[in-house]
Amino acid sequence: MAETATNRVEKTPASAPAASVYAANMETLAPPVELRRAPVIENNRGLGWLTDKLTAFTEGKTPHWWWVLFIPAAFFATVVLPAMLIYQISTGIGVWGNNHPVMWGWDIINFVWWVGVAHAGTLISAMLFLTRQHWRTTIGRMAEAMTVFSVMMAGLYPAIHIGRAWFAWFMFPVPTYEGMWPQFRSPLMWDVFAVNTYLMVSTLFWYMGLIPDIALLRDRSRTRVRKFIYSLLALGWTGSARQWHHFEKAYVVLAGLCTLLVFTVSSIVGLDFATSQLAGWHATIFPLYFVVGAVYCGFGMVLVLLIPLRKLCHLEDIITPRHLDRICKLTLLSSLCIAYIYLMEYYIAWYGGNPYERWVFGHRLLGHTYWYGGWIMLGVNFLTAQLLWFKRIRRNLKVVFVIAVLINIGMWFERFTIIVGSLYQDFLPANWGFYKQTWVDIGTYLGTLGAFFMMYLLFIRFLPMIPVAEVKSVLPQGNPHHPLGGAKGGKS
Amino acid sequence: MSAKPYGLMAEFDTPAAILEAAGKVRDAGYRRWDVFTPFPIHGLDKVMGFKNSLVGWFALAFGGGAFVATMGLIWYCNAFDYPLIVGGKPMFSPPMSFVPSYILMILGGAVGAFVGMVTLNQLPRLHNPLFAKARFALVSRDKFFLVIGANDPKFSGIETRKLLERAGGTHIELVEEED
Repeated sequence: MAETATNRVEKTPASAPAASVYAANMETLAPPVELRRAPVIENNRGLGWLTDKLTAFTEGKTPHWWWVLFIPAAFFATVVLPAMLIYQISTGIGVWGNNHPVMWGWDIINFVWWVGVAHAGTLISAMLFLTRQHWRTTIGRMAEAMTVFSVMMAGLYPAIHIGRAWFAWFMFPVPTYEGMWPQFRSPLMWDVFAVNTYLMVSTLFWYMGLIPDIALLRDRSRTRVRKFIYSLLALGWTGSARQWHHFEKAYVVLAGLCTLLVFTVSSIVGLDFATSQLAGWHATIFPLYFVVGAVYCGFGMVLVLLIPLRKLCHLEDIITPRHLDRICKLTLLSSLCIAYIYLMEYYIAWYGGNPYERWVFGHRLLGHTYWYGGWIMLGVNFLTAQLLWFKRIRRNLKVVFVIAVLINIGMWFERFTIIVGSLYQDFLPANWGFYKQTWVDIGTYLGTLGAFFMMYLLFIRFLPMIPVAEVKSVLPQGNPHHPLGGAKGGKS
Repeated sequence: MSAKPYGLMAEFDTPAAILEAAGKVRDAGYRRWDVFTPFPIHGLDKVMGFKNSLVGWFALAFGGGAFVATMGLIWYCNAFDYPLIVGGKPMFSPPMSFVPSYILMILGGAVGAFVGMVTLNQLPRLHNPLFAKARFALVSRDKFFLVIGANDPKFSGIETRKLLERAGGTHIELVEEED
């Protein structure tokens, strides 16, 4: 390591005239050992090594495991999902389990679940960027891709849930001969704007971050087809200082706007519920509840994606155990937040003295039909995540992976409990009913899972999954004031 | 087709070297030059004398415009073109129209930031004389380039090359563009 540093320093003549104050008289003093930050990338890799390493997966031969994962995912995405959609749209909503009194079923559960998955991606890529967390550079792109694809899946559900999908355009303010306009007071209407905005903004953020790295792939491409496609996508990026100057500003602005979306989109989804009069939904905590739940569920999904991909794509030096450790800590933090909200929910149901609300909350845990949903929700989302307090567990990636899968399941059951658990027994016992999903519900969900993983696999195969330029910029080799970046007179 | 000079391109190995060279080129009084790097380099903005990027203003204009436009749209739809009483509430009120307007402000701001970035960078520009140079492909890898434009008033084939050599540049090449 020290050798590299001295070699680099010797390349530039030490007796250069001190015309510029920016580099010539620079002395870099390293902080004391105990205050030093752990490096973002392990083993002190250089810029060239990193470039080769991070583009290797998109340029190399397709590995076997990729096909093994891709073929089933593509089957569900391109056969099962369209079949379910065609059947449901041509026959009607009756093919689902939704019926009176449970008018919202798996469609809305899965919608909320997918929106939730998206949120951690934005939180990691945007909010941690604004707080200058260098460790987020390595995982930001993968998290952002997760956001883009899961918002796509989320957006599908409301569009088919309206029943007559060919009237979906009624939701947009389009001037028609009837002269009718959307009802802007409804949170369901706000949802249309929120989800579409979320999709567009996160796609823009993702694509803009990709431009310099697509330019890298363009510069490295060997075949004409690759060169042509990457050239088009890179928009002619050269990496000039002027371009970086505007790019960085735009990136900060986009990150700031994405951060607003973390709090807005799920709040609006929460308002869909909170503005109704139904016991179990009519609560002021709902917007916050949904934001925290979304972020928590999303961290689970990030871990589910990162832990295997890190191994399969040989990114151990790039996505270090330290990075995963931090995500685990954030997961733990959000599990504590959600536990607090669960507690408040039950407390208010008791303290509020509303008999209907007491009934609903009592039956979440002690009812005779859907009691298991409430226990899975509390058991997994609160208890299982507490294992992450222990460093030994956080460092054991297999256990973390299992916990992350459980979190996703637990959060799915949270939405099940909220939606079905509140709807099936409303104010009049004569109205009580049951809900059971049908095979179309299950098939549609599996189809969206397949579509998500198919798009994700295509993304890691054809686009750089690690933001190469961004990682380089936080390395000591990329820092002009660091000895490894060529600064003179530095002491490492 | 005749070719005319576009600029002189020099290559550097480290971020510190390019930063120092940029300072020298600026001190020598050149105006039309640029630095090409694989990633943004801290301190280069200052050396090159960039002012605050206008991208933020693009975002503000687009975002603010979207906010006002959505407010106007909601007023037009629900209070002017087809007034409809919903829940006995006023035809138009700021609280109910705030949420969609706020959401579309975010969308507008994001589109503005992207449009601003692309416009100010004069992208897409798929053809660039620099792409003709084989070594320039390393710009996205681990090399740093400094190009002094031939349209700079101080540009001279010999003096500029000497300056770049003194600044520590290697592989100094004349880049040409076609008329």
